[in-house]
Amino acid sequence: MVLTLVQSAPSPSAAPLLDVRALSLGFGTSKTRLLDGVRYSVEAGETLCIVGESGCGKSVSSLAIMGLLPQGAAHIHEADIRFRGERYDLNDMAALRRHRGADIAMIFQEPMTSLNPAFKVGDQIAEAVTAHNDVSEAQARDRAVEMLRRVRIPAPEARMNEYPHQLSGGMRQRVMIAMALANDPALLIADEPTTALDVTIQSQILDLIRDLQAETGMGTIMITHDLGVVAEIADNVAVMYAGTIVEAGPADAIFNDPQHPYTIGLMSSMPRLTGPRERLTTVPGTVPTVETMPAGCRFSTRCPFAQPVCAETPPQREFGRGHRALCHFAPLDDRLERSA
Amino acid sequence: MSDIILKAANLTRDFKVGGSLFAKPKILRAVDDVSLSVQRGETLAIVGESGCGKSTLARMLMRLIAPTSGEMEFEGRQIDRAEGRTLRELRRDMQFIFQDPFSSLNPRMSVGRLVGEPLETHAPELPAKARRSKVAELLAQVGLRAEHADRYPHEFSGGQRQRIGIARALASGPKLIIGDEPVSALDVSVQAQVINLLADLRDRLGLTLVVIAHDLAVIRHMSDRVAVMYLGAVIEEGPTDEIFTNPRHPYTMALLSAIPVAEHGHTRQRIPLTGEMPSPIDPPSGCRFHTRCPFARTDCKTAAPPLRDTGTAPGHRAACHFFEEIAAEAPPPSAPQDSNRTDAARARFALYAEAIAGTGTRPRETT
Repeated sequence: MVLTLVQSAPSPSAAPLLDVRALSLGFGTSKTRLLDGVRYSVEAGETLCIVGESGCGKSVSSLAIMGLLPQGAAHIHEADIRFRGERYDLNDMAALRRHRGADIAMIFQEPMTSLNPAFKVGDQIAEAVTAHNDVSEAQARDRAVEMLRRVRIPAPEARMNEYPHQLSGGMRQRVMIAMALANDPALLIADEPTTALDVTIQSQILDLIRDLQAETGMGTIMITHDLGVVAEIADNVAVMYAGTIVEAGPADAIFNDPQHPYTIGLMSSMPRLTGPRERLTTVPGTVPTVETMPAGCRFSTRCPFAQPVCAETPPQREFGRGHRALCHFAPLDDRLERSA
Repeated sequence: MSDIILKAANLTRDFKVGGSLFAKPKILRAVDDVSLSVQRGETLAIVGESGCGKSTLARMLMRLIAPTSGEMEFEGRQIDRAEGRTLRELRRDMQFIFQDPFSSLNPRMSVGRLVGEPLETHAPELPAKARRSKVAELLAQVGLRAEHADRYPHEFSGGQRQRIGIARALASGPKLIIGDEPVSALDVSVQAQVINLLADLRDRLGLTLVVIAHDLAVIRHMSDRVAVMYLGAVIEEGPTDEIFTNPRHPYTMALLSAIPVAEHGHTRQRIPLTGEMPSPIDPPSGCRFHTRCPFARTDCKTAAPPLRDTGTAPGHRAACHFFEEIAAEAPPPSAPQDSNRTDAARARFALYAEAIAGTGTRPRETT
């Protein structure tokens, strides 16, 4: 028997598609870093889910990569990022503009506010095509129709001439996806794309993103607060808390063998659809603000296991296959015991 | 024997849409012939997707808007046409919690005044000092501190603001609280705190709750009974455990099967729904769900199915002509899967739950 290794597209030196080696930034004059040592990577054809609650920095990190943070507001402390193996400079606005919408595309949570209400959706998609390609208007419109068809919108020719307000929420999100994919991006960043949608529509959109990813082989970063969505589509997961990635790894490791107390608390807090209906175990307290950010482990103010040592920067502990957690006491079952 | 605190019969609410000097406005029937009864001390959840009429129904139950037709009784008193003093007295017994803790609190009022305001209305005889101590007591009940009374809403996080909203609802000493999406604006970790708080308050104060929500997992944790709405009508109702393990209406089945489960490798039998909810201005004939129902038969297009007993549990009713046959051919709801967590992970979860419950932990002596 002959085993053949099928190598897909000749990727240069098998470097990850997007490799964020270190990203730290703050806003204004505050010394507290809003993102502190964020590190993740995405391969082509793979889905990375960045999961976390409001204000954890999950959106800020992708806006920074897209060059969409307000000019001058963000102070970048360190940014070591590679895209397709090449240096990706967050200060080179011209280069970011070339990437944005061409090989890196983004879709947002609220499709109504990201579409221009004054223009027909067909024209908005065609604009995305002409912005990056030297094509005629007719060619761009043809491409727009084709994209609407690819996102499974019925009667795409007719939909071309509709305005965003004439479409339902699910349809608008499909239009956003059509626009994002119009230039065959290598990387799609989706920021809470299904949060504003009902569950039955959400599952349609998730199926669509998964199908399109299989067709195109693009890498996807999905930003979400919903662990259900993560379990559904993630290959890899990064759990963010207060501007740091507290735990990251393959999806099965994160769900079946979580290490960080925050990941465990988040999973415990989720009301479940099956099993006993018992009182929920919570994460006490609230997320620290820029002013109240603790030194050392940023989760220490809410962690039930916190000890004096947690005021020191926690070590990155590795558990194999890229599974890592930022905690003094991981693995908890080995390093902690009941004191009673 | 059965102690019904709130009863609604055949509630319908129409809205006029469009229309001008020359065109007759269209009628949008947001809620269509809904009958509900709420037992004292129970939690009833009303669930459905956007546009199903659940918020309109909630506003009618709160008497923020009047029904177009139908009747409502609160503790045996007719309330659907209540006005003036009767309505004010009703508000003492029946209070609301709103979805958005950012827009439902007046930013110019201190927390003390926000929580004290219902007391001024409903207990004007109370001297200021007594009112202040009552406010402190209410804040303590929802897990806030007395000194928070001097602060303003913007100084609080979303979860804390929702606690202020709850304290405000409790101020008049209500018997029934209606919450329209009370936890859906909150992050998961904070949401769990507020769900627990509402359960505690219900048990401690003997409250009756009506919760309107779209999140089925939240509803499962909070409620004793569930009513599922689709396009303005209740299409299934019954005890919570029964609805989740033994759904009979195809829409409920599809809704349950569409929820992503936060478990890796969880395979679920999806009942895919195509398309979107039709417009309530022009609802489908016959069964309102037939345009999206994967099990629809020809009869469904002509005859509207009434709610009827399923015979599987007391009080479980579904509005479907064919639920007996469908139950036989539909895949059963995903069985409670044994989680794939490693033993070490299970130990960590147990350790975490115990630590939250108050058991101390300490670093293990390493030898």
